[in-house]
Amino acid sequence: MNVQKLLKKIFSSGYTGFIFLFLYAPIFILIIFSFNASKSKSVWAGFTLEWYGRLFQNEFIISAFRNTIILALVSSVLAAILGTAAAIGIYSLKKRPKAVMMNLTYLPILNPEIITGVSFMLLFAFIKLSPGFLTLLIAHISFSTPYVILNLMPKLRQLDRYQYEAALDLGCNPFQAFRKVIFPEIFPGILSGFLMAFTYSIDDFVISYFVTGPEMQTLPIAIYSMIRKQISPEINALSAIMFTVVLVMLILVNIKDIRETKKREIKY
Amino acid sequence: MIFKSRLPAAPYIIWVAVFILVPLFLVFFFAFTDTGGNFTVVNISDVAKFGPVFIRSVLLGLIATAVCLILAYPFAFAMSRMRRGLQKIVMMLIILPMWMNYLLRTYAWMTLLETNGLINRFAGFFGLGPFQMLNTDGAIVLGMVYNYLPFMILPLYTVMIRIDESLIEAAQDLGASFTGVIIKIIAPLSKPGVTSGITMVFVPSVSTFIISRMLGGGANFLIGDLIEQQFLGNAYNPHLGSAISLILMVFILLSMALLNRFDDDETEGMLV
Repeated sequence: MNVQKLLKKIFSSGYTGFIFLFLYAPIFILIIFSFNASKSKSVWAGFTLEWYGRLFQNEFIISAFRNTIILALVSSVLAAILGTAAAIGIYSLKKRPKAVMMNLTYLPILNPEIITGVSFMLLFAFIKLSPGFLTLLIAHISFSTPYVILNLMPKLRQLDRYQYEAALDLGCNPFQAFRKVIFPEIFPGILSGFLMAFTYSIDDFVISYFVTGPEMQTLPIAIYSMIRKQISPEINALSAIMFTVVLVMLILVNIKDIRETKKREIKY
Repeated sequence: MIFKSRLPAAPYIIWVAVFILVPLFLVFFFAFTDTGGNFTVVNISDVAKFGPVFIRSVLLGLIATAVCLILAYPFAFAMSRMRRGLQKIVMMLIILPMWMNYLLRTYAWMTLLETNGLINRFAGFFGLGPFQMLNTDGAIVLGMVYNYLPFMILPLYTVMIRIDESLIEAAQDLGASFTGVIIKIIAPLSKPGVTSGITMVFVPSVSTFIISRMLGGGANFLIGDLIEQQFLGNAYNPHLGSAISLILMVFILLSMALLNRFDDDETEGMLV
C-alpha cells in the first residue's frame, strides 16, 4: 500500500472529520444551549435571548471586560516598545551575551505558567506592592515581551544592511536612517508581536489569578468565579459571543491574506 | 552588524533581572527558608509526602501527551499533503478553538460529562448508564487532550510540510514498503516537531490546576492544585509551595533536556 492510498483512506474514514468534531462539538453545544429557555444544559426548553440580555446587564462581567481590554492594550503597547528596543539591542550583542539573553527570553515561555504566577506573587509581596492593576500590568508585560522579541528576530536577520548604510551615506543621521529604512522593514514583525502579546494578555488566566487583587477582575478571572459560584447560561452566552468575535477576526485576517497573495500574483 | 548600539537592550535587561530572575530567586529562597527566614531543608523533604500526587500528575500528563501524539500525527501528515488553500482553512480551524478562553472550553466538557449531562442522556436513550464521567481521571485526561491537542498538531504540521513529496516517492520507487517510508523517511524528518509538540503538551498538562479542579472535582489533586493551595488556598504555606514549585521546575527542565537529546537538529521548533 502506498502513501497516497493511505491518505485517501484517512480522508474517507473521516478521520479529519472526527478531529474537527472533537474540537468543535463541545463549543457548538455550549453555544446552542445559550439560547435555551431553561437553565438545563441537556434538555431543550425553547428559544430565548434572555441570557444575552442578562449578560449585558451584568456589571461584574462588563467591568471585567473593560479591565481586560485596557490591560491588554496598555501591556501589549508597552511590551511592543520594550521588545522592539530589546530585539535591536540583543541583535547587536556579541555571540555569548546574545545567547544568554535569548535563553532568558525563552524562560518565561517554557516555564509552567503556575510557577511564573507564583514567583510574581512572591515578588510583589516582597516589595510590598499591593495586588491590582499595576501588578497585573507588570506580569503581563513580562510574559508578552518575549513574543515581540521572537517575532522581530527573524525580521532583523533578513534586513539588508546596505540600505541602512546607503541612507547614512546619503546624509541621514542614524535615527533618521532607522525611522526611514529599518522601521518600515521590521514593522510587520512588531505588529505580529503586538497582536500575539494582545491575545495572550486577553486570554491569560493562571498568571493573573496569582497577581490580582480582590477589586481587580479580568474577564478570565470573572469567568472562573462565575463557573465556581453559580452555573448560569450567561456563561454560554459569553462563550457564544467570544467564539463569534474570534471567528470574525480570523476570517478578516485571512481575507486580507488571500487578497495580498492575489495582488502579489498579479504583480509578478 | 547593522547597529553598533547595544543600548536599546538595557531596559529589557533590567526588566528581565527584576521581573524574571529576582522572582525565580525568591522561589528558590522561600523553598530553603522557614517563616523566620532561617535556612532549612524541611520544605524540600516535606515534598516527599506528596510523592503520590507527583506520580499521578506525571502519569496523567504522559497519557494525555501520548493520546495527543497519536491523534495529531496522522492528522498533521494528512494536513501537510492537502492543497495549499485547504491547508490554510484547516490551519484556521485548528487555531480557532485555541483563541477561546480555555476556562470556557473546559466548562463545555463539564456540562457534557455531568451525570445528567448530554452524553449520559444520549446513552440513556439506549438504556445505558448513567455513567460517572465527571470527577474521574479519565475526565482530566480528556480535558488535557482537548485543550492542548492543537499544540501538538501545529509543530508537527510545520515540520511535515517541509517533507518533500518526491522523497517519499523516491523511497517507494526504490522498493520501500509503507511502513518503510514511515520509519525511514517521515519519522526521522518529523522528529523536531514531535519533541516540541511533546513539550508544548506535557508542560501545561503536568502543571495544570484548572483542568483537574473543573473536571476532576475536589478530590483528584494534581501538582498544580497542590501549589495553588499553598499560595491561595486553605493550606497557606508559601515556603512549602515554593519547594514544590522548585521541584516541579527542576523536573520539567530535566525532562526537556532529556527530550532535546533525542532531537539533535538545530531547528527552531519551540514556537510555531
